[in-house]
Amino acid sequence: MQAFHYEKATEVAEAVHSAVEPGLKFIAGGTTLVDLMKLNVERPERLLDINSLPLDQIEATPEGGLKIGATVRNSDLAHHATVQRMYPVLGQALLSGASPQLRNMATTGGNLLQRTRCYYFRDTNYACNKRNPGSGCAAIDGYNRIHAVLGTSEHCVATHPSDMCVAMMALEAVIHIRGRRGERTVPVNEFYFIPGATPQRENALAANELITHVTLPPLANGTNSHYLKRRDRASYEFALASAAVVVRMQAGRMEHVRIAFGGIGTKPWRSVEAEHVLERQQPSQKVFRAAGEAALRGAKPLHDNAFKVELAKRTLIRALTVVTKNS
Amino acid sequence: MATAGGPLLRKTEAQQGSSAPASTGPETVEAVPLVLRINGHEHRVRLEPRVTLLDALRENLQLFGTKKGCDHGQCGACTVHVNGRRVNSCLTFAIMHQGDEITTIEGLERDGELHPVQAAFLEHDGFQCGYCTAGQMMSAAALMKEPCGPDDNDVRECMSGNICRCGAYTNIVAAVQQARRRA
Repeated sequence: MQAFHYEKATEVAEAVHSAVEPGLKFIAGGTTLVDLMKLNVERPERLLDINSLPLDQIEATPEGGLKIGATVRNSDLAHHATVQRMYPVLGQALLSGASPQLRNMATTGGNLLQRTRCYYFRDTNYACNKRNPGSGCAAIDGYNRIHAVLGTSEHCVATHPSDMCVAMMALEAVIHIRGRRGERTVPVNEFYFIPGATPQRENALAANELITHVTLPPLANGTNSHYLKRRDRASYEFALASAAVVVRMQAGRMEHVRIAFGGIGTKPWRSVEAEHVLERQQPSQKVFRAAGEAALRGAKPLHDNAFKVELAKRTLIRALTVVTKNS
Repeated sequence: MATAGGPLLRKTEAQQGSSAPASTGPETVEAVPLVLRINGHEHRVRLEPRVTLLDALRENLQLFGTKKGCDHGQCGACTVHVNGRRVNSCLTFAIMHQGDEITTIEGLERDGELHPVQAAFLEHDGFQCGYCTAGQMMSAAALMKEPCGPDDNDVRECMSGNICRCGAYTNIVAAVQQARRRA
């Protein structure tokens, strides 16, 4: 592993000020970063430990939503009473990800910035436009069973691996960012970039900015939500396809429908197309199927991952069946 | 394609590989004095920042009970408790844990008495080769204080971060359930 200098941040303002130093990275849970440093995919010269910053609280917002600090651990967020009661999709997504040990380490801010599990990104012997822009993409003609079918480009087909972010998409979370010039907010739906010709640019966070917290807007009474994840083994595995659904039943019809997919897109994938099909309709297998078809209409399967197109549709149908039955 | 291989192998390959990022950082960084509190005792060590908690335990403190399996957070063999919570010690740097209370398998017993999890693993033969066992038991001991449902399937889910390649899972689940009943 590349050697690095280590410091502990004590104030947010100081941490953001330090972030202009070249080669500096923030470290919180470390579950992605330390792993990638061992693989020489990440080679920071300095690590600034943000675990002592006062960013580990979960609080109610005045609007009735939730404010989640950037260093709140995945396990604490998953089991928080408000998450369990108002945002079950988020608790389910978090608990479907990684292992109990990793969830005790991994943080909310870090999970938003989780890196892809593409084998070729993680192995410096292979070409990867995300890791080394311009070097090519070994996945497109390689073994690409776990790769994306939505949002891909000729430069990158890597999936975003997070479960939490898929739930955050369906809950329309807002990301709060601190930079040297102050604070700004970015809706999670605008935070991630599709790769296009610049797969190394994954999101709207600038090099010198720090995610301080995430806010979830309140959900109206009667809103239900669910997360369903499909993978190669029952636990401790990344999604081949997952669906986060948020639905409010009103006089037998679906309203406030929010749909997001994991495991199939180059970013956590919100599907407005599926939402349009479902909005104000009565729940039925036929309309759920139509929503799945709409969501995957633009899918571009690769050599090994065509199964994901149908798997994603069925995952959505099953999640919608559960969420509308529970309402 | 696979990402196996130890850190030393990785580094060699990365230096040869054309797509590896150029090294611009320091070759080495001086070791710094640290105080680590492990199993109730303070240990003074000098470590480079890049030394993981796992390597510090095994290579610097001669606490060999904690095992290195995958070294990437995928197997759970390195599970220890930090302030009472189970974590993968391979994915965190020792320098980040000054002031934390670290418990390893060597600190699980109390006053010469086996922890209920240790006694249950013995009784149920919850291992074959034993390499994953320290991590399994550290996970099981932490699980007893976590929200985990009552059924065997709940235990399987709560223990999924610990891989056993001998496949002793049936007996491991039985041991964990017995330890929970007796706790």
